[in-house]
Amino acid sequence: MLDLQNLRKAFDDHVAVADLSFQLNKGEVLGFLGQNGAGKSTTMRMVSGVLEPDAGDALINGHSIVSDRRRAQSQIGYLPEGAPLYRDMTPVTFLRFMADAHGLPRSERKNAVERVIADARIASVAGKPISALSKGYRRRVGLAAALIHDPPVLLLDEPTDGLDPVQKRAVRALVARMAPEKSIVISTHTLDEVPAMCSRVIVIDQGQVVADQTPKALADSRPGGLEEAFIALADSREGGA
Amino acid sequence: MIAIDWSGTLTGVRAAWRREISAYFATPLAYVFVAIFLLVLGIFTWDLSRFFDTGAADLAPFFYWHPWLFMMFMPALAMRLWAEEANQGTTELLLSLPVNLPGLIIGKLLAAWTVAALALVLTFPWWIAVNILGPADNAAIALTYAMSLLMAGGYLAIGAAVSALTRSAVLAFVIGVLVAFILTAAGWPLVSGAVADLLGPSAGDAIAQFSFLTHFETAQRGVLELRGLAFYFGFIALCIALNTLFVSHRRGGAQ
Repeated sequence: MLDLQNLRKAFDDHVAVADLSFQLNKGEVLGFLGQNGAGKSTTMRMVSGVLEPDAGDALINGHSIVSDRRRAQSQIGYLPEGAPLYRDMTPVTFLRFMADAHGLPRSERKNAVERVIADARIASVAGKPISALSKGYRRRVGLAAALIHDPPVLLLDEPTDGLDPVQKRAVRALVARMAPEKSIVISTHTLDEVPAMCSRVIVIDQGQVVADQTPKALADSRPGGLEEAFIALADSREGGA
Repeated sequence: MIAIDWSGTLTGVRAAWRREISAYFATPLAYVFVAIFLLVLGIFTWDLSRFFDTGAADLAPFFYWHPWLFMMFMPALAMRLWAEEANQGTTELLLSLPVNLPGLIIGKLLAAWTVAALALVLTFPWWIAVNILGPADNAAIALTYAMSLLMAGGYLAIGAAVSALTRSAVLAFVIGVLVAFILTAAGWPLVSGAVADLLGPSAGDAIAQFSFLTHFETAQRGVLELRGLAFYFGFIALCIALNTLFVSHRRGGAQ
């Protein structure tokens, strides 16, 4: 479903992502980890078509993000870092806009909006201005927007950031419910979320894959568990640099 | 080189138009814009041009001010179109949508143009007044209104393209007014005359041909010139292309 082929992106002299490759199949939930500046968000932006790669490609359900961007983007639901939203809109009007932009037929639009409002549990705030919503609710509106066209591939950048424990549990449950039918990439700093949501974990550093395992295998590789393993991977690269 | 994928353009136009119309009318922005525009145009026509003192049944004193007011008002209407997207981080959201960029750019421009058209429509009492004063050339008035709307699109296209260059709506407004002033004043006899004195009559004429004022004055005389239509449509197309280029630049990594 998702096939990253030697993706590369540099900003001036700084190489953010260097020949990054991996595949993700239907039913997999990938925890995409790395320190700040490791290249996670740049990778997500390239795969979602927001940034053009300097080299390489990403195939989404067989469609190239480089040569067939519009079709590739139609296969993706993307929650950007910080969940940017139009604050003057309400969740309902924003979701209608997203349904419109994804070209959903008018007959399907209403059902799609109702479905994602229920999935993201935002019915109680659906008519309020987004500017008046808490960070947690805004994030859930962003998540609902990513789901509006029921895409086969989901790219979620920090989906649980700013959510309270009850909301986090709801997002985990939603991911678990969707997982069998989709390929999901979750970029997160919160390592606790990884075993709870992900079936596989990739750690990147300086734009390159440094680990690709199941969360359990990665956690078992160090006595201190996942956090220790993550720090050890980061330290080994720092030492080698 | 920009590869333009025209499929999906209409989806982008429709979505962006609806979004921007909602943004204009969800806040006081459109209402304030229309109210101030009507007030200022009314004062200028009534007081400075002494509309009712001329005794003539034409709208020349009213249309005279359009380029000069559009020069200020249209960049104000367009200044937030892309600057605010960059400021709020929603450019990323737009660029991730399966629509092509010119569609989004045209949709946003059309939304601003719709508000400008509403402002023009609400000047209809002047048209009624001139018909009360005497027999008016309504065909010429209708033509001038149409060219005024087209000219408004040109000024809005400048504002929209400039707003894609910055995160600051205020800066976009200032640069937009500056560019609009140059493209207006180039047709002002004072400027084109000075250029003619310095560089020769052909240079003065050439400069004037790049002015919104020149092509609008032709329409005010009741003459529909293809050259004028081509100028405005060509200029708007050029601004849309530049706008596409500026926003596409963000795909390459520019912030």
